[in-house]
Amino acid sequence: MKEQKICLVDCNNFYVSCERVFNPKIKNKPVMVLSNNDGCVVSRSEEVKALGIKMGTPVYKCREKIEENEISVFSSNYSLYADMSTRVMETLKNFSPDIEIYSIDEAFLSLKAFKYKNFYEYGKEIKNTIGKWTGIPVSIGIGKTKTLAKIANRFAKRNKELNGVFEISKEGNVDKYLEMTDVQNVWGIGHQYSDFLRKNGVRTALQFKSLSEEWVQKKMTVIGRKTLLELKGIPCIEIEMIPPKKKGVTCSRSFGRSVEKLGELEEALSVYITRAAEKMREQKLIPLTMHIFITTNRFKKKEPQYANWIDVKLARPTTYTPELISLAKEHLSRIFKEGYRYKKVGVSFTGLIPVEDIQQGFFQNSEDIEVMKTIDLLNQRWGKDMVRFFSSGFKRSWSMKRAKLSKRFTTKWDEIPVIYCD
Amino acid sequence: MKYEEDNEDVKITEVFGFTKGKKKTFPLVNAKISAGFPSPADDYIDRKLDLNEYLIKHPSATFFVKVSGDSMIDAGIHSGDILIVDKSLEPHNEKVVIAVIHGEFTVKRIRKKKGDFYLVPENPAFKTIKVSQEDNCEIWGVVTHVIHSL
Repeated sequence: MKEQKICLVDCNNFYVSCERVFNPKIKNKPVMVLSNNDGCVVSRSEEVKALGIKMGTPVYKCREKIEENEISVFSSNYSLYADMSTRVMETLKNFSPDIEIYSIDEAFLSLKAFKYKNFYEYGKEIKNTIGKWTGIPVSIGIGKTKTLAKIANRFAKRNKELNGVFEISKEGNVDKYLEMTDVQNVWGIGHQYSDFLRKNGVRTALQFKSLSEEWVQKKMTVIGRKTLLELKGIPCIEIEMIPPKKKGVTCSRSFGRSVEKLGELEEALSVYITRAAEKMREQKLIPLTMHIFITTNRFKKKEPQYANWIDVKLARPTTYTPELISLAKEHLSRIFKEGYRYKKVGVSFTGLIPVEDIQQGFFQNSEDIEVMKTIDLLNQRWGKDMVRFFSSGFKRSWSMKRAKLSKRFTTKWDEIPVIYCD
Repeated sequence: MKYEEDNEDVKITEVFGFTKGKKKTFPLVNAKISAGFPSPADDYIDRKLDLNEYLIKHPSATFFVKVSGDSMIDAGIHSGDILIVDKSLEPHNEKVVIAVIHGEFTVKRIRKKKGDFYLVPENPAFKTIKVSQEDNCEIWGVVTHVIHSL
């Protein structure tokens, strides 16, 4: 059997890096990107990390630092990040046919077919190519298993002298680095288990590796055992090239301001249902249950609090948006209470089953299917929301706060970068 | 992103828009199936001409930018034109490139002469820039085509 190596490619400070590609002025300057509603810090440049601003810090808590250090602040520009992510992943496909896109900014590559290549050199080539083609800096960790590749990647990212590429290779070498790795930073060991392990005197990944398989399986289930074996260099977690079909689709977002009127909640909910239904049709799935939830802002302690949810079993499972919207409205009015300031409304669809498992025409009327197909097509062709349902409203005064949004440089013709040459 | 907020009431449950756009063009086959002879042309169906295929060799490294200004007018680049920029290409001598100099984007022709390196405009009214180490000049991408409306 050929030697197998796993390579984890992780984009450095991804959202910040995307902004920098199109804004050379902020290269080597402190930059941060905020979450939905401009709430907290979700991506930080190295300069911002050095200022001691932690991931997830609410923006109001670091106002002073932002001003003092002239930090460039951006709202989350998902259109841009999604497109840049696709570019990175597409470029990676030139390096291995076996690729698992693990998240928007991470991918595992299996390098088993590259017997005669020097893996480390190959890693450098990957890093340089992604950097040149997309402008996104990445870190690369290489190991015999996914878990080891993750650990290697941590070192690649943190130790400047490694220049972003690190391979955990020979036995002695592996142990040395496992000893330097806190057990809570091992992929697959959550907070709870790392607390439990620490109580049992296990602090480093190396100590964890020396535990017996039986004990680990008993205390931490088979998942813990897989992690143990992976640390020993025995691959147990396969590369998943085809993403598993979604078990549920959720769409919800916080409002930019508190919302009190039922009408506005209905509008927002309709938009989310439209999105979720589009998503399900795209994946050829049909939901059995619709779950609607509303909540006030629990951080505003002085205001009266209320949260509720309702499950709607779909007597006629469907992804026909108008039907879902009218059902949702009916049920929303049951859980809605006057006199509260709502912060969030949302919908999840669960019990998703493949369309082909349902007898066509039994649940969905074929005319409805045609209508939705046409609308999806129009929206694909002419842009999101070209055709939309009246109940989604046209004002959307409740929508997300995104005050510092950059342009959609790569997905809208009228927002592409302008180059001044005079 | 492996990060979930719970000290604030926002949660990224799903990032939409990350499905890879599938765009396929199919030849239009209009010969109706009928009893009788099949059209002899059916054996010669070509794919429709696709401008993307012609103009873009490396889709994941290709970007579009808009030009403002006329320092490159003699290279056929007018104000308002859209440039197709391929970041994967090597910026060889005499290529038209998008460069970053002093933190600003610009379009110029690149010229290497006796170990020196210049950004050359294509308009006599503008000056050639000699690039020094301190300028921190970076070649962002190579311009492959100009889209110019008549």
